Amino acid sequence: MEALPSLRRALVLLLLSFVAILDVSSSSSPDVVILNAERRIDLTSPIVRAYLSLKVQNAGTSEASEVLLAFPPTQAKRIALLKASIVEGKRKKKTYTPLSVNAIELPDIPNGAKLFSVSLLNPLKAGETVLVEVLYILTHSLEPFPTEISQSESQFVYFRDSAILLSPHHIKEQTTYLKTPNNKVESFTRVDPTNRVGAELRYGGYEDRAPYSFSPIIVHFENNNPFAVVEELVREIEISHWGSIQITEHYELVHAGARHKGVFSRVEYQSRPSISGISSFRHLLAKLPPRVHSVYYRDEIGNISTSHLRVDNQKSELEIEPRYPLFGGWKSTFTIGYKLPLEDFLFESADGRRYLNYSFGCPLFETTVNKLTVKVVLPEGSSEPSAFVPFPVEQHVETSYSYLDVVGRTVVALDKKNVVPEHNSFFQVYYNFSPISMLAEPLMLVSAFFLVFTTYIAYLHMDLSLSKS
Amino acid sequence: MVSASEETTKGSTLRNAFGGVLGFFILLLIGILAFSIRLFSVIKYESVIHEFDPYFNYRVTQFLTKNGIYDFWNWFDDRTWYPLGRVIGGTVYPGLTLTAGTLWWFLNSLNIPLSVETVCVFTAPIFSAFAAWATYLLTKEVKGIGAGITAAGLLAMVPSYISRSVAGSYDNEAVAIFALIFTFYLYLKTLNTGSLFYATLNALSYFYMVCSWGGYTFIINLIPMHVLLCIVTGRYSSRLYIAYAPLVVLGTLLAALVPVVGFNAVMTSEHFASFLVFIIIHVVALVYYIKGILSPKMFKVAMTLVVTIGLAVFCAFIAVLVALVASSPTKGWSGRSLSLLDPTYASKYIPIIASVSEHQPPTWPSYFMDINVLAFLVPAGIIACFLPLSDASSFAVLYIVTSAYFSGVMVRLMLVLAPAACILSGIALSEAFDVFTRSIKFQLPKALRTTDSSAGDTNPESAALPNDVKPEKHSSSDKTEDNLKERPSKKNRKKEKEIIEKVAVKPKHEKKKKKLLVLPLEASVVAILLLIILGGFYVVHCVWAAAEAYSAPSIVLTSHSHDGLHVFDDFREAYAWLRHNTEVDDKVASWWDYGYQTTAMANRTVIVDNNTWNNTHIATVGTAMSSPEKQAWEIFDSLDVKYVLVVFGGLVGYPSDDINKFLWMVRIGGGVFPHIKEPDYLRDGQYRIDSQATPTMLNCLMYKLSYYRFVETDGKGFDRVRRTEIGRKYIKLTHFEEVFTTHHWMVRIYKLKPPKNRIKGKSKKSKSSSKGNTGGSSRGGTAKRSPWH
Repeated sequence: MEALPSLRRALVLLLLSFVAILDVSSSSSPDVVILNAERRIDLTSPIVRAYLSLKVQNAGTSEASEVLLAFPPTQAKRIALLKASIVEGKRKKKTYTPLSVNAIELPDIPNGAKLFSVSLLNPLKAGETVLVEVLYILTHSLEPFPTEISQSESQFVYFRDSAILLSPHHIKEQTTYLKTPNNKVESFTRVDPTNRVGAELRYGGYEDRAPYSFSPIIVHFENNNPFAVVEELVREIEISHWGSIQITEHYELVHAGARHKGVFSRVEYQSRPSISGISSFRHLLAKLPPRVHSVYYRDEIGNISTSHLRVDNQKSELEIEPRYPLFGGWKSTFTIGYKLPLEDFLFESADGRRYLNYSFGCPLFETTVNKLTVKVVLPEGSSEPSAFVPFPVEQHVETSYSYLDVVGRTVVALDKKNVVPEHNSFFQVYYNFSPISMLAEPLMLVSAFFLVFTTYIAYLHMDLSLSKS
Repeated sequence: MVSASEETTKGSTLRNAFGGVLGFFILLLIGILAFSIRLFSVIKYESVIHEFDPYFNYRVTQFLTKNGIYDFWNWFDDRTWYPLGRVIGGTVYPGLTLTAGTLWWFLNSLNIPLSVETVCVFTAPIFSAFAAWATYLLTKEVKGIGAGITAAGLLAMVPSYISRSVAGSYDNEAVAIFALIFTFYLYLKTLNTGSLFYATLNALSYFYMVCSWGGYTFIINLIPMHVLLCIVTGRYSSRLYIAYAPLVVLGTLLAALVPVVGFNAVMTSEHFASFLVFIIIHVVALVYYIKGILSPKMFKVAMTLVVTIGLAVFCAFIAVLVALVASSPTKGWSGRSLSLLDPTYASKYIPIIASVSEHQPPTWPSYFMDINVLAFLVPAGIIACFLPLSDASSFAVLYIVTSAYFSGVMVRLMLVLAPAACILSGIALSEAFDVFTRSIKFQLPKALRTTDSSAGDTNPESAALPNDVKPEKHSSSDKTEDNLKERPSKKNRKKEKEIIEKVAVKPKHEKKKKKLLVLPLEASVVAILLLIILGGFYVVHCVWAAAEAYSAPSIVLTSHSHDGLHVFDDFREAYAWLRHNTEVDDKVASWWDYGYQTTAMANRTVIVDNNTWNNTHIATVGTAMSSPEKQAWEIFDSLDVKYVLVVFGGLVGYPSDDINKFLWMVRIGGGVFPHIKEPDYLRDGQYRIDSQATPTMLNCLMYKLSYYRFVETDGKGFDRVRRTEIGRKYIKLTHFEEVFTTHHWMVRIYKLKPPKNRIKGKSKKSKSSSKGNTGGSSRGGTAKRSPWH
């Protein structure tokens, strides 16, 4: 019943967009044509992953050096990651060569669609074809509906997209596959030919669609996977040249699924775990580097006792349980801290500089981070820090003080919004450091104690009384 | 003799130096022991603030470190006692907070990144090390270094003090006991030296004590008592005057600076004794002065004249004073002080004070638990204090006697008894060791050679004296001399009595007087062994008490079962839930025990908390808890309450839950609102929750909220604390809804249903079930409330 108005809204949108399409005369470079586009969208987890393979042909006369990708503005905001690679070879001998992707602005783009340009390695000569594979990851794209559910209900979400791939290029053939977590699909927009088999929805194939064609679809399906979103994560990586790296991570976790409504009954939650609170979650899994030690898990009011650590040679797994199960809309904050041996992550480069090589993203499994700040605290006395991250991040340098610091430690802070597990790639921070500065603090302590004792001895040998008695 | 002493000085200085270093290291180790024995809670549990009051102190410290001292003084806390609020700066003893805040500030200015919580957790152990050292100093003033070290060692691990100062027990007593002992030390030091420097320090130390704890009244009554005792026993001296007069003047002025004390420092009866004695000591000083000027005959004449006039004036003055004091309702005494003077006062008039378990009188086992073998050593220590009786040792005796009385009134004041017991036991042990080792020393050479023994004895005696600090040595030896001059006759009489009574102590006296009498070698060896065993028993008990009995933080509970350790962390689960999943300004109602924790851990506004300053407000909450659902809803709604928190132990067997505290809610509520009557909740005078319970009990809010849907857990509703099946199994809530229950059901949080839904539900229900009675009343209720809508 309540779905009606939103459906109507969707219809209006659909009409509007058709009108828009009619308006638009295709202004993009007509010489690149997509022969075949296949899109597979994975809706099984809260993070939407779309794999797009495009068979691109240069139908023009001049050389083409780039392929354009277009996204509707609402979707473009939610793209956490956009990667393209060129595929060479066939079947088992496929090689993937990553391509650079840049957001570009062009005049006369209909409906404010956002364009990204994929620069090809070698310019495409006239008549040549090439296979480009694109992976893009969307966060916050599954909208819970109904927005509030009670403890016994399961969670349904909307996914909005276009049946036809939005593209500035002419597409000859295209198909879109949507994979839902299970068979429970409440409804989906039909844009014939549309077909549903089990948990897979197929839109297409459509043929010969003009540039910027758009056909909105809504899929309404069940998704009870934990919608764990870290609203803010601050990771502090503190390097000590005495032999360890201390990592402290402050999480602000929220269940971003359908909000919990009304009663929370513990008796139902405990006696019928399979039905009650099915969209809630208790556990989170963090993948930590091997040889991790001194792990702690706490929040502002003390230690949280519900966690397990499994350590082996390859990786360490920390299973943490927030103080209470998280239902939709419930929040929790906590801190994880651990130490790692220095030699695993700190290296000396050929030119004598040190560098830290550590993974960037959030160690939690299948979790979106809205705002991630990585702070690399370099030891006191280090200079000229520079960070190399494989994707664009905001950088700035701060100073922090701890443990008897006098001049302070240089902190390289890296900010990134909308981080997904695919961002867990290594980044490097280079800096200059001379080992003598390691001795500064011990020497300071020694001299302080020495001073205290000498003053005491001096005091004992002095006679401060005014009159000799 | 002269040549012999010259020869021995060389040896004795070396021995002194060695003894000094040894003593320093022993004291250092005692400090470390005092600190580390309190760390069991951190090792067994975690570094966390304990119990209830420490959470408030922690929160205040957080505020102090965040906002600075001026905002702290002016802090009006609107998170508590809603809608009244509380002026924190003016109602809190700031000593502990300022201490920890300073410590934190100091560490952070050195860039040592300790959190406020860590500093708070370790404040108490650090100060117990200080307290041990202060005990050493105090006992040294009374009976010398040996007794001092023994007493410090005993205090470092006395269970009574451990119970209040384990790591995490961040409460006023943690620093106050140090301040108490140190103030007493400075008093005795001034008394022994007559130095104004120490008198000033004494006033400052007293100021710190006033800042720290309401127990400062103990000091300001005990010291005048001692002064009076000295005057009465003819021990008046100018040193006594210097020790006392500056303390009263400076101390009172400084005490009045503390906002929570303010004018109470001169207005209330707790301080009256000190002023009275202040006048007396001046009169006595005048008398002594005049006595020095006049001839004995003139003096007698003057005396009779002054006494007759003085008595008349004094009587008039007293009459006016009595009239003034009597005109105030509590006779100028605060409730807690009154319950000290009259142990039955609280249970008669103030149920809030009586409801706290630490305000109950202790039982005999609790003495054994808290001071253990010290209880048996104290009498021996008292006797040792009389041989010879000095100003300082009479103070020790007075201290133990008064604190023993106070500890008999309130369990909590066992804490004041503990240092006194340690001091006297230290004296007793040290004296006993002294006697036994000396008699061994006498007899060992005797077994080898027959002569030369007496010369060997005088040396340790003379060597023991110079161990004292230089300026103090003269005066103390002077004093003992004039003590010896005036005392012998009196003391011998007393001693002869004691010899008849206490055979065991007899040898000590004999040897002090005449060094010929010594115990037989075998007897002293056995006695030393027995004393060591006794000491060992004490150590074992203390370690056990520190590790098992007193280290639980009470917000985390653990139980050992066959499949290992089980942790019950329900309180923090509930507080964390409240903190993150309710609106910032929501008000949470619970029984006052959980007020401090809710504000500190959940950061939500509470109606009442552990600072029980407003009895009516607490009674309102108590009334709501003991009313039927609808009335309770109305009370809570009028207080703007959104959530109600109850603690329920029935599922896991946690005994100190709200159902067990419920009778106090009824009593306190009934004290203000007479329609709540305790007999309504009792079946034949018995408190029960099973099917025999009274209907009032089964219908009250506390019962409903505790047992709501409890029967669904095991099908019967078996309460593991009360060990019965509950009386009312299927409970329906109409005005409240369950919003959170913790993993082990120990904390249950309910939300007040908004009035609109309630009316809708009511009218529907009244239509369907057509209960004319309830429907009518509810309609009446809505009609009454309509002006607000």
